[in-house]
Amino acid sequence: MTEPAAAPPSAPLSAPLSAPLEISFDYTRSLGPVLSQFMTGLAQRTIYGSRGVDGRVYAPPAEYDPVTFGPPADLVPVGPAGTVLTWSWQPEPREGQPLGRPFAWALIRLDGADTAMLHAVDAGSAALMSTGMRVRPRWAAERHGHICDIECFEPEADGPVLTGNGQQAASQSAGVPGMDGRPVTMMTTPVRLHYQHTASAEESRYLRALQAGKLTGQRCPACGKVYIPPRGACPVDGVPTATDVELPDTGIVTTFCVVNVPFHGQRIPSPYVAAQVLLDGADIAFQHLILGCEPDEVRMGMRVRAVWKPAAEWGTTAENISHFEPTGEPDAPYDSYARHL
Amino acid sequence: MNATLAQPSSGRQSSGAGHRRAAARAAARPAVLGTGQTHHRSKRPDVSIAGLCREAVDRALADAGLGLGDIDAVVVGKAPDLFEGVMMPELYLADALGATGKPLLRVHTAGSVGGATGVVAASLVQAGLHRRVLAVAFEKQSESNAMWALSIMPPFSMPLLAGAGGYFAPHIRSYIRRSGAPAHIGALVAVKDRRNGARNPYAHLRQPDITLESVQASPMLWDPVRYDETCPSSDGACAVVIGDQAAAEASARPVAWIRATSMRTEPTMFAGKDNVNPRAGADAAAALWARAGISSPIDEIDVAEIYVPFSWFEPMWLENLGFAAAGNGWKLTQAGETEIGGRIPVNPSGGVLCSNPIGASGLLRFAESAMQVMGTAGEHQVPDAKTALGHAYGGGSQYFSMWVVADSPG
Amino acid sequence: MSDVAVIGFAEAPNVRSTDGTTNGVEMLVPIFREVFDQTGLTKSDIGFWCSGSSDYLAGRAFSFVSAVDAIGAFPPVMESHVEMDGAFALYEAWVKVLTGEADIALAYGFGKSSAGDLRRVLALQLDPYLMAPLWPDSVSVAALQARLGLEQGIWTERAMAEVAVRSRAAAMSNARAQLSGQVSADELLAAPLLADPLRAHDCAPVTDGAAVVIIAAAERARELCERPAWISGFEHRIDSGQLGARDLTRSASATAAGTAAGAAGVDVAELHAPFTHQELILRDALGLAEPVLVSPSGGALAGNPLFAAGLARIGHAARQIISGAAGRALGHATSGPALQQNLVCVMEAR
Repeated sequence: MTEPAAAPPSAPLSAPLSAPLEISFDYTRSLGPVLSQFMTGLAQRTIYGSRGVDGRVYAPPAEYDPVTFGPPADLVPVGPAGTVLTWSWQPEPREGQPLGRPFAWALIRLDGADTAMLHAVDAGSAALMSTGMRVRPRWAAERHGHICDIECFEPEADGPVLTGNGQQAASQSAGVPGMDGRPVTMMTTPVRLHYQHTASAEESRYLRALQAGKLTGQRCPACGKVYIPPRGACPVDGVPTATDVELPDTGIVTTFCVVNVPFHGQRIPSPYVAAQVLLDGADIAFQHLILGCEPDEVRMGMRVRAVWKPAAEWGTTAENISHFEPTGEPDAPYDSYARHL
Repeated sequence: MNATLAQPSSGRQSSGAGHRRAAARAAARPAVLGTGQTHHRSKRPDVSIAGLCREAVDRALADAGLGLGDIDAVVVGKAPDLFEGVMMPELYLADALGATGKPLLRVHTAGSVGGATGVVAASLVQAGLHRRVLAVAFEKQSESNAMWALSIMPPFSMPLLAGAGGYFAPHIRSYIRRSGAPAHIGALVAVKDRRNGARNPYAHLRQPDITLESVQASPMLWDPVRYDETCPSSDGACAVVIGDQAAAEASARPVAWIRATSMRTEPTMFAGKDNVNPRAGADAAAALWARAGISSPIDEIDVAEIYVPFSWFEPMWLENLGFAAAGNGWKLTQAGETEIGGRIPVNPSGGVLCSNPIGASGLLRFAESAMQVMGTAGEHQVPDAKTALGHAYGGGSQYFSMWVVADSPG
Repeated sequence: MSDVAVIGFAEAPNVRSTDGTTNGVEMLVPIFREVFDQTGLTKSDIGFWCSGSSDYLAGRAFSFVSAVDAIGAFPPVMESHVEMDGAFALYEAWVKVLTGEADIALAYGFGKSSAGDLRRVLALQLDPYLMAPLWPDSVSVAALQARLGLEQGIWTERAMAEVAVRSRAAAMSNARAQLSGQVSADELLAAPLLADPLRAHDCAPVTDGAAVVIIAAAERARELCERPAWISGFEHRIDSGQLGARDLTRSASATAAGTAAGAAGVDVAELHAPFTHQELILRDALGLAEPVLVSPSGGALAGNPLFAAGLARIGHAARQIISGAAGRALGHATSGPALQQNLVCVMEAR
């Protein structure tokens, strides 16, 4: 094995296309008994820890402790004040974090607990943070049974608690949690992440050709098969497709389904025909939409041609082709496309 | 393609040297010591993710007569992290799985992952590294929406994805065209599996009164696939304890000896891919039968738990696995041979059509096959089952994992 | 235990951002070619393949399924995937060789960390009920760990800076490293705080990359490599996910894995420490003292392609043996927040 040289510079056809992609969903989490009691407590401004069978008090509670792996013996109120064991400074808060201004993250050991809780501390500046400092929760005005019911912690020296007192709440509601008498059993967690999606160099070439109204595939240098879209690696040979092959906008439906089911995130109203379209001269079909006839008139082997959107609307997307429609030519014989199924 | 399956000695991928060494290691033959699963439901609002896993784990340990302290290593399987919105959830689950301080692996081979979880756990024992390994697979699909997670369209492409059904329905149409199968075969599978599920206390869908007519009257979702021919979306988990020969022999309970495992992969889509009868599945089966010493699967396998998320995949996989020649799988279904009491009972548990916590679905197939040869399948027990197949597949019919278990070490 | 050795390694250039896709193909195709050239093997010689990657890094469900295109996976291959660093894929591959079902196995890992906001993405590794909803980013969580050691007198800011100085100097001999150069601790300590108490030099850069390692059973290893890096111990352990319930200044899982794998007595250790203080924790946990050479590649601080960086550490450690520079070497990989999970692979010349 030899020391590698720096990788040779690749020779991109031109910079690959990229575009934002957001992944966004409000996850609904059921809590189970331990977390349910904890979250219900938060709604009432009480923080519960769990007492493990070894006697240690975990706060936040452990559904299963790290020593015996068993569920807790019981839950006990802790804090609500506590001591900062360590902290770090967040000078530029990020999306979703508890505070919109600079704050500290801290591991806080709540009074009566043996372990520490991760949360934010609204100290104003890093200079006002110190390990060993006393903090207490600042409760959110509206609480739903969620870790964010604690808006953050704040230095205990900041004066009287304005929105509640955990210990009092605990004594009022011990054993009977729940704002309306019913325990909190679910929590919602929005997850929003932002990505930059990049097409491969080969796909980008295809997409740019689409913008010019052309269908350009590429041939694998090893097996000679024509791929459209072209590929960063021929799946059979593991090498990029290389030679451009311009393809007509006609072909056949190899197979298809009729989508009748509506679903979250759907962009084409159902019912629609999602078909595998094999362009004349291509060795692999791609999925596209069939219109111009009733869904029940679509057939395997049916000849189709692309219906393009007006050229003014073309972009670097397969959506330039609005759909495929029947040409009216005779169907291709089954044997001619059987190996593409 | 299936002609070669009758002659497994043609074994395509596995090297001869590998076979010899595997034989030399027969002493490390692994066995299933216990299985456990949750009650599968569309929503399990009574438990957290950890609680769901633990329900299956505690049942598996109880079945094996063991505790978490007896476990040397843990293998976790689940499908996309986007389903629960947790990146590598096994990290946060270490305590719940009793893995803290131990080795923990997380596998993800798309829908086949539950099977891969069982195979990797068996390999850890077979390699002589551990005495007892816990395999856990789960999915808590109610935390999000699987259709959403599987239909996220990246920029530049046609927004046509419509979940797994939209992906597989065209290939089912191809199968029907290629085999000439009558249109009602899929509905027959649905009726059988849902009725079987009614015998399984853990199944999500239990429909003892379902009929051919009611299936055929159900809405057409992804033509040619009807509502009653599709798998549900479930919350659920499955756990399996796998031990070495000494652990198996020390067990006071029945065990299921793992005679062979097999995994194969091919690309999602390529020029010439056979989406109806994918070669990766056929190759995996050929290697599996060869390693298990099985020359005629339909005669030597007593029961099969096969990953059938859409009813038509029963005849398709019967052919792919070599239980029937290409184009003839539907005839076994039509003749009732895949029912309990038939020549090759398929999915007596009700299968994926009755319970589908995606990440766990493969391990459920593996666990149910073990339960059959352990004689612990209860009301859905196939009488005198001695040798069973567990099977899973995933991705675009591209990942395959399977095992053969038996009531004796062989 | 059967004899298995590392016989080949390649990694993609560690860079801040590639213009390739998140399925890794553009990074994998060249390094597969490179490792096959090194070993004289072709894809048909590989009996088992295993990869490591992450859907959340890519921002898509089933993001890994297209990566097998880089193999050219037809006829079908015996293959598996872990949602973990490629080092754990290598572990699964090693297990497969031990079972006798494959003689030669290839593990790869890939990650395009630049596709999303990495610090936010990694927040999703935390407890989904109690921590992740607050979006504590990965640097802030590591900073909590760093301060514990600073204030308990276990390490100092200067000691942390010196880790970065050594990393960048070592990386000057690594053509694929992202960060390298001669800097002094004083210069680094003059820089502003990024996430008090961490400065930029304390944190591994955001890196896109991929790595591949080939292992072979005894006879094949000797045929294919003059001086194979024989695996004498391969172990991994995980700690609790409850950040506030474990001693973050130590790494119990690294110690346990190192002890079981036989970390004592190595000449070289390649550590996957994404933060300077974590290298100090790992040195202590693995009992690495002078004159053990630590991370001659520059380590993760010189380039941290998530899901490939741990595998690359094992590859670099193996390279030390294969080249004759070391007799016994250790590769380490970590996973999860604050060194939660650790893997140690000890290799030796024979």
